[in-house]
Amino acid sequence: MSWFYLFIALPFLYAITVPFLYHKFNPRIHTGWFILIVPLVIFCGLSSYIPAISAGETFCLTFPWIPAYDINAVAYIDGLSLIFALIIAGMGFLVICYSIYYMSKFKEALHNFYIYLLLFMGSMLGLVFSDNIFVLYVFWEMTSISSFLLIAYWYEREKSRSGAQKSLLITVFGGLSMLAGFILLSMITDTYSIREMISKAAIIQSHSLFIPAMILVLLGAFTKSAQFPFSIWLPDAMEAPTPISAYLHSATMVKAGIYLVARCTTIFGGSAAWFWLVTGIGMVTLLYGSINAVRQTDLKALLAYSTIGQLGLIMSLLGLGSAALYSKVGNEGAVYAIAIFAAIFHMLNHSTFKGCLFMAVGIIDHEIGTRDIRKLGGLMHFMPISFLLVLIGSFAMAGLPPFNGFLSKELFFTSLLNAAEMSFFNMNIWGIILVIMAWVASVFTFIYCMIILIKTFLGEKKDYKLKQKEHQAFLSMLMPPLILAILVIVMFFYPNVLVQHLLQPAWVAILPTLAATVPLQIVISPWHGFNTALLLTIGVILAGTLLYKTHEKWRSPYRFYPQTFTINNMYDWVLEKIETCSRAVTNWYMTGFLRDYLVYILGFTILLVGGAAVLFEGLAFEFSRNAAVNMYELLLLSSMVISALTVLLAKSRLTSVIAVGTLGYMMVLFFVLLRAPDLALTQLVVETITTVLFLLCLYHLPKLKRENSPLRFKIVNGVVSVGIGVVMTMVAFSAYSNHSFAPISSFYLNADKLAGARNIVNAILVDFRGFDTMLEILVLTIAGLGVYILIKLQLARGKENEGTK
Amino acid sequence: METCMSIVIGILFAIGTYLILSKTLLRIILGTSIIGHGVNLLLLTMGGLKKGGPPLLSLNTLTFTDPLPQALILTAIVINFATTALFLVLSYRAYKVLGTDDVEQLRGYNDE
Repeated sequence: MSWFYLFIALPFLYAITVPFLYHKFNPRIHTGWFILIVPLVIFCGLSSYIPAISAGETFCLTFPWIPAYDINAVAYIDGLSLIFALIIAGMGFLVICYSIYYMSKFKEALHNFYIYLLLFMGSMLGLVFSDNIFVLYVFWEMTSISSFLLIAYWYEREKSRSGAQKSLLITVFGGLSMLAGFILLSMITDTYSIREMISKAAIIQSHSLFIPAMILVLLGAFTKSAQFPFSIWLPDAMEAPTPISAYLHSATMVKAGIYLVARCTTIFGGSAAWFWLVTGIGMVTLLYGSINAVRQTDLKALLAYSTIGQLGLIMSLLGLGSAALYSKVGNEGAVYAIAIFAAIFHMLNHSTFKGCLFMAVGIIDHEIGTRDIRKLGGLMHFMPISFLLVLIGSFAMAGLPPFNGFLSKELFFTSLLNAAEMSFFNMNIWGIILVIMAWVASVFTFIYCMIILIKTFLGEKKDYKLKQKEHQAFLSMLMPPLILAILVIVMFFYPNVLVQHLLQPAWVAILPTLAATVPLQIVISPWHGFNTALLLTIGVILAGTLLYKTHEKWRSPYRFYPQTFTINNMYDWVLEKIETCSRAVTNWYMTGFLRDYLVYILGFTILLVGGAAVLFEGLAFEFSRNAAVNMYELLLLSSMVISALTVLLAKSRLTSVIAVGTLGYMMVLFFVLLRAPDLALTQLVVETITTVLFLLCLYHLPKLKRENSPLRFKIVNGVVSVGIGVVMTMVAFSAYSNHSFAPISSFYLNADKLAGARNIVNAILVDFRGFDTMLEILVLTIAGLGVYILIKLQLARGKENEGTK
Repeated sequence: METCMSIVIGILFAIGTYLILSKTLLRIILGTSIIGHGVNLLLLTMGGLKKGGPPLLSLNTLTFTDPLPQALILTAIVINFATTALFLVLSYRAYKVLGTDDVEQLRGYNDE
């Protein structure tokens, strides 16, 4: 057992202490200060793996979890998992630091907040490190659950609740599909380990279940990473506190889908279906997100749509890069593989600049009290540092130098242009269309980046009513975004340090089979000469500027787009229909009448017992061992039937009660005949008391009414009753006729020797099965207490009760 | 004897079930009572009837009827009595409080 497991376990273990810390120190010390240590320890611990990983090593640690089913918590550390884990821990540290100032220690339930946050951090780390598909699935769903809890953190708000529900429904739907896909994969390859599946990729690709497994796994990735059309949950998830939006919904959790696709690239990659699904959906998502972002007036919603777009961009890059695994690709593989590199690079960049932007927007929201673009403007003079942050973040997102977004955006264009020259996957037709789509999306990206910056910070100071006094945010609240902003710039000037230590190993980890044959090497330089990619970027800037200047004029189509056809509306419609349908079905059989439920129960008893008896040939009719029957007994039996029928048909209560009593006394006679003296005695006593009790109650209970129920009701009752009667007769016959085992009663015949008793029945009750009898007495006592209390209660409130009706 | 007994058991069960499915509380209680008798007879029949003398060792007979079902039935009779008594008082109390002994009207609140 390696101490590495501590990194995954630490957030979970630490979460236990949070409530105690909160109650002990709040509000003197903000709980966040205590949490800060967790991501710090994890980050430092994981950093110690960087040298070994960048040297090309991988680690595989096995921890037996359910060995009987071959499910072990295998932690697999390679470049890909390490870069994700470092983002999780690093962003976690910054976000917690930021939250200390964002979340008020006087108003908020901080212990809940940090427990959810730690839960998320631990499950996300577990997700990226697990090699076993089922362990991965468990962590995957745990991130969905913690995301749900965090979105609904302000659960008193209706929007938070609906947003949380939407995200949970969509991501869990995807998670379950993914599980089904995993199960298919494990059936194909006969292993639960992702690494072993990668080594068996050829078997998977030639299997008939390849396409279903791929689509199911992709559903999981697409829902989690908010790809079109599952993207609708992400804008609604913005109801969460801003630190959460920065952490879960832009930097880490939504990248879980990216992680999964990257991990599975070697398993599915190289096929046309994978290439087109991942690239196509990614590209559509990029276009959808960018175009919709321009329309938004809420800064956070705008950022949410931009996240959708950027996730689509990363997804499409992963799709493009999978072409490197195409079987007939030859030596060009390394060229196409650059797209995969660009994907990881952009993912890292996106975490930095989007985190920075979210935090800056959070500061605006916190200080000004609104994040509506229409109400903001001219903030530059009041919040110069925030202005700088947003400037850096939005320029990086728009893909301008000297920020890291420029580098990955250039790589994106380069990979697209490379892919457009592919001679397979119909790229000779579609390649140019993809380039145009990407270019248009980039123009829109440029426009919304400018909207964030210019509408908020530049221009006239608007005449808005502010609740809070406008002032520059606390320095400590600015620190985390500032660190991210510095990273954005540093990564532009020194990208190759990052490439060597983090990106290169991650790249190799995604394409292990390709890396074995072709050396995957890349050197990034901020200036790469005049080429088509640079020209495209210049075109984006020119077109973007032009369109931004005139965007008031062409915004109208957004308004004309009918609300009915938005995906959100369809989601609501489906949800509502499901609800009404299930309610109708439920109301149809859950009538609220005891009698109906009894009919169901008895009906199923008839079907199950009768059906099983017939199906498994349990019916047996054996008449030869029958004991003799004499006239007297026949008379007794028929009078029993008559008295039972009397109960049924009697019109007065007294008759039916007496008939039941008669039936009981007949039983006494029977017990005498059937050689059971103890039973006869007991039955005699009990029957007498019961009859007396009935008669006592008769005084209070109302007269029997005629059952004036509809005929159908009576027929159903009759059918069910007769059915039960027939089934019980069958059971009685068969139970008597089938003698599979010798009776165990002979043991009790030694009662004299074993218990010193002469009456065997009594010996069984008080000696052999003494405990049963004791518990029986307990039941009697409870019933007695119940009777006593019910009567006593009536006495205490008697008058009131009598008076009510 | 066992054949006749099995048929009687079936009849008792059928009548008891029909009573339980009716709307009046008193009928339901009577129905459970009748089913209780049916169950007791069923237990007794399963072991076979009149196989020997009563299970009393002092009688010095060679064969005894099966004592085990008898012990079970003894328990059943007592428990049956307890439940019947509780049920009776409960229905009495329900009638006092709610003013009806019709099961269909004892449905509680609409929004439940």
